[in-house]
Amino acid sequence: MKTPRQRRETTTAYLFMLPGLLFFTIFMIYPLLKALQMSLYQWSIMPGRPSQFVGLSNYAQAFEDPVFWIALRNTVLYTLVTVPGQMILAMLVALLLNYIRSGRVLFRTIYYLPVITSWVIVSILFKYLFQSPGGLINYLLTDVLHLIAAPIAWLRNPTTAMVPIMSLGIWKGIGWSMVIFLAALQTIPGELYEAAAIDGASRWQRFWHLTLPLVRPTVVFVLVMLVIGGFNVFISVYLITAGGPMKQTEVILSYMYHQAFDFLEFGYGAALSYMLAAIILVLSFLQIRFLRRPVELY
Amino acid sequence: MRYEGNPFEKWLVYLLLVLGGVIMLFPFLWMVSTALKGHIYVIETPPSLLPKEPTLANFVEAWTSNRFQLYFSNSLVVAISTTVLSVLCSAMLAYAFARFVFPGKEVLFYALLFTMMIPGLVLIIPQFFLAKTLGLRNSLWGLVFVYVAITTPLNTFLLRGFFEQLPRELEEAVLIDGGGHFTIFFRIVVPLSTPALATVAIFTFLASWDEFVWALTAIDEMSKRTLPVAIAVFQGAHATEWGLVFAASLIAAIPVITVFVSLQRYFMGGLTSGAFKG
Repeated sequence: MKTPRQRRETTTAYLFMLPGLLFFTIFMIYPLLKALQMSLYQWSIMPGRPSQFVGLSNYAQAFEDPVFWIALRNTVLYTLVTVPGQMILAMLVALLLNYIRSGRVLFRTIYYLPVITSWVIVSILFKYLFQSPGGLINYLLTDVLHLIAAPIAWLRNPTTAMVPIMSLGIWKGIGWSMVIFLAALQTIPGELYEAAAIDGASRWQRFWHLTLPLVRPTVVFVLVMLVIGGFNVFISVYLITAGGPMKQTEVILSYMYHQAFDFLEFGYGAALSYMLAAIILVLSFLQIRFLRRPVELY
Repeated sequence: MRYEGNPFEKWLVYLLLVLGGVIMLFPFLWMVSTALKGHIYVIETPPSLLPKEPTLANFVEAWTSNRFQLYFSNSLVVAISTTVLSVLCSAMLAYAFARFVFPGKEVLFYALLFTMMIPGLVLIIPQFFLAKTLGLRNSLWGLVFVYVAITTPLNTFLLRGFFEQLPRELEEAVLIDGGGHFTIFFRIVVPLSTPALATVAIFTFLASWDEFVWALTAIDEMSKRTLPVAIAVFQGAHATEWGLVFAASLIAAIPVITVFVSLQRYFMGGLTSGAFKG
């Protein structure tokens, strides 16, 4: 039995939650369920022509759609390149920043600047840098470094068009992982290193056997977040190549967006986005399940 | 990897950091340089970082033309409204999670956590139709409501953690004196939580200031555009006017950089508490 006081408390709790839950339910939970429903329909936007229930055939359509496989391949490739790229460079910078005594805030600010700049601005910026023939990257590669003889048409060639998108992903993301890694490194007591040094551990051994195990939960957290971010890549692709040339640089979300808002294939678009959500959930679960282990200091 | 007093090593570390810093900054410097160049110098061979005849003409043109000031104020209205609403809603939600026991608490909390892992774009097709039904297409409120919904789960998560650590003696005193939970919330919890609320407010402001995809989808009317959409559309339509595009981009980035540099303490604190992804 509930006492009147408990009941009053429950009412108060719901009153506190009301405004937030209203927004959350209407604009998050409802669309989440609605997308699932739409993915099962041949969704019609014509008035008077009802949408048709088609079961899982939108999902089946994806498996037979060659562009879906290209988009999936590009998304996976983007994640495989940018996640380790960001993590290794971010860890390196974090170790260097943890080593120095003055100037840490200044360097941290500089490395963090790309993170806070909007995706729109940096995407346009990288499009400009990778222009052909007059872009800065081509100029550096041909006339300054003499690595290539003629400018590369980065954005017009399917094999090179992912280069600006991936380098943007790494460049923009380093700062975020670096800040998280640095905070974790700063919690490690210095005496541990002194003890390891006295025992004759080399720098690499200290990093591999001492630092890394101690910051392991942080590394796993960053990995999970970056993989989610990698599979979510959209704005850079949409603005730099728009999935072109010939749909060769589509990623899942850009393909979904084009299907929905250019070709009005809303049911198929919803199915594509649900497949992406499923992939992300499964990957996140697997990473947490298999990589997170309790760390013991003693 | 502590500082071990070897001067050569110290200089090597600084050298590497400076080198990396140059790579991080160079694209920005190039953007500033391009914005400062007159039209004829934008595509020049060889390209030069220092403009031959630096001019603010692009900034003046960007600011005064193409309804730029309207877009700027649209962005400002949306970002401020979102921040106020989202911080208020998520603080109240977080208070309920931190202080009350009620039926459905676990389920609700996991629902919040779960939506944090769902890609935002999964929702965009139904959100588009929902906005149409509710008359929120081509309305700045349509942007605000969706941004509040998107930012609430993360903000709630962070604030709940903070509220749980607040001492409860003061609150119990208020209850004994006959005050209610709303008194406690607004008179005690909110004032004591200024740093956490500031962190959450900064993240929310920046996220809604920069948001692109929903604004692109929900708004067709030119006069309702926000800055990110206006800049992207302008670049698409005038592919060669880089100086102008970058001048506009730099003006759009000013609030972000100001907020970030001046409130960095709150910003980094929130980040390392591990709940936010930039």
